[in-house]
Amino acid sequence: MRNIWSIAKKEIRTYFSTPIAYVVIAVFLILTGFFFYSALWWFNSQAIQMAQNPYYAQQMNINQMVYTPLFNNISIILLLMLPLLTMRLFSEEMKSGTDELLYTSPLSVGQIILGKYLAALVVLATMLGLSGSLSIFTFAFGNPELPQILNGYLGLFLMGAAFIAAGVFFSSLTKNQVVSAILTFGALLLFWILNWASYSASGMWKGVLNYLSIFQHFDDMTRGILDTKDLVYYLSFAFFGLFLTHSVILSRRWR
Amino acid sequence: MIEVEHLTKKYGDLVAVKDLSFKVGKGKIWGLLGPNAAGKTTTMRILTGYLPATEGKATVAGFDVFEQPNDVKRIIGYLPEVVPLYPEMTVSDYLSFVAAIKQVPAAKRRAALERAIEISGLKDARKKLIQTISRGFKQRVGIAQALIHNPDVLVLDEPTIGLDPAQIIQIRGLIKSLKGEHTIILSTHILPEVTQTCDGVAIINEGRLMASGSLEDLTASFREKSGVILKLRKGHEEALAALRELPGVESVARHDGELAVEWSPNKDLREAVAKLVVETGWGLLEMRTESMNIEELYRRIVSGGVEQ
Repeated sequence: MRNIWSIAKKEIRTYFSTPIAYVVIAVFLILTGFFFYSALWWFNSQAIQMAQNPYYAQQMNINQMVYTPLFNNISIILLLMLPLLTMRLFSEEMKSGTDELLYTSPLSVGQIILGKYLAALVVLATMLGLSGSLSIFTFAFGNPELPQILNGYLGLFLMGAAFIAAGVFFSSLTKNQVVSAILTFGALLLFWILNWASYSASGMWKGVLNYLSIFQHFDDMTRGILDTKDLVYYLSFAFFGLFLTHSVILSRRWR
Repeated sequence: MIEVEHLTKKYGDLVAVKDLSFKVGKGKIWGLLGPNAAGKTTTMRILTGYLPATEGKATVAGFDVFEQPNDVKRIIGYLPEVVPLYPEMTVSDYLSFVAAIKQVPAAKRRAALERAIEISGLKDARKKLIQTISRGFKQRVGIAQALIHNPDVLVLDEPTIGLDPAQIIQIRGLIKSLKGEHTIILSTHILPEVTQTCDGVAIINEGRLMASGSLEDLTASFREKSGVILKLRKGHEEALAALRELPGVESVARHDGELAVEWSPNKDLREAVAKLVVETGWGLLEMRTESMNIEELYRRIVSGGVEQ
C-alpha cells in the first residue's frame, strides 16, 4: 500500500507540476460550465412559460431538465479528455527509459499500475469535485434533489474510472503518447456506441451488446437510479483494463 | 558477491549474451569491458532484474536474481545507460521519490537524501529542476539515485559516457571512493576506464566472455607469452599458414596488415621465424618484439583477431 502511494504521489505531483492537469481541468470546467449555463437558461425560459399554467409548473423538475442533460454532456467530455490524461502514464516512462528505474526497484508491477491509476483517479475526482461547485446556483435559487445529483456524480466517477483503466492499458502498449490517446479514444467510443449494433442483433447477442455498451449503464445513473448491475459493469471494466495492463507489462519483459 | 553462471539471453533469434560466467568478490570494482553491442547492458539488465535471462543463473549476495528478485533489487543500486530522470522534478524531490520506492523507511529518508547529495556533490543543484541542469549533473543525479538506499552492490552502466574530460575524472574519482563499502560493477567500452578504476575485468564481445580476471593476473598472463610482430610486403596468406606450421609457435594472428606470432615463454623462436620469413621471400619490412598487454588484447578482441 505504501508503495502504491509513493508512485501515486509522484504521478499526482507530475500532473500538477506540468500544465497537463491544469489544462485538462480548466477546459473541462469551461465546457461543463457552458453546458450547465445552457441547460439552466433553457430551464429558466421554460419555467417562465410554464408559470402561466399551474399544472405544467408542477411538472417542472430541475433534476430531469438540468442535471440529466448535464451529466450526459459531462460524460462525453470525459470520453474526449480522459485519454489525454492517461496517455502519458506508461508511454512516457517507456520513451524516456525511466521504466527501468521502476522495474528495478523492489516494487511489484501491480503496485506500479495501481499507483498510476490512483493518481489519474485523483485528477478525475478533482475535475468532478470542482464542477460540483456549479450546483451552488441551483441550490441557492431552486430545490433540486441532492441524492439524485450525488448519484449522477458517482456514475460519472465510476465511468471515468473505467475510462482511465482503458487509458492505462493503451498507454502500456506504446511508447508514443499520441498513439496511446487515439487508441483509448477509439476503444471507448466503440464501447460507447456498442448498443447501436444491438438494434440489428438478435437473441443472446442483443443482450450482450447492450450490456457491454457504456452508454447503456450510464443512462440509469443520470436519472438517479443506482443499480448494482451498472456498478458491477464499471468495476469489472476497470479491473479488466488493469489486469490486461499487468499482463502486457509482464509479457513484454519476458519476451 | 556477484556470481553469473552460464548466462544466456536471446531476443528472438538474436543472441545478446551467450554462456557468460564470471564472479565479482565483495568490495571490488569490476569492469565489464567490450565494444558497443557486446552484451554489457543486457548483462546488467539481467543482474538488476529488469530482464529475465533465457538460460543460466545469476546470484547477488546469495539471492537468486530470478527466484528472489525483490531481495536482490533491495541491495542493488542501478545506474542504467539512459539515466532514468523525471525532468519536471527537482533534484531533491526526485531523490526522495527514489528513496521511497527503494524502500528506505520514511524516518531515514531525509538522512539518506543528504548523504546521497553529499557524496555525489549535488549540494548546489538540489533545488533545481532536473530539466535545467547540465549533462554532468544529470549523471551525478543518476549516481545519487543509485546510492540513495546505501546498496551493497552498485551496477553502473557506462557511468562516464557523454561527459567532458574533467567530469570523467570527477566521476571516476567518485566511483573509486565508493569502493570497499560497495561492490561495484561498471560497464564501459573504453579501456583506460578499467585500468584506472577497476580491480578486475570481464572482457566480452558479441555476448561471449573473452577473458576475465583481476588486472594483475591478466597482465601477468600476457607477460608470460613472447612473440614478435611482423610486417611483410606480400604473401600474408602463405606466411600465416607456414608460421603456424613452425614447431613451437602457439598462435598467429593478423590485423592491420601485420602478423603477430606468439610462442610459449620458455622458448625463443625469433631466429627461426626470421629465417623462415627471409628464405621464403615474403619481403620482410619490419620485425619487432612487443609484449602483449591488456590493451593489445582488448584491441585484438574488438577487431576480431583473437580466436577462442
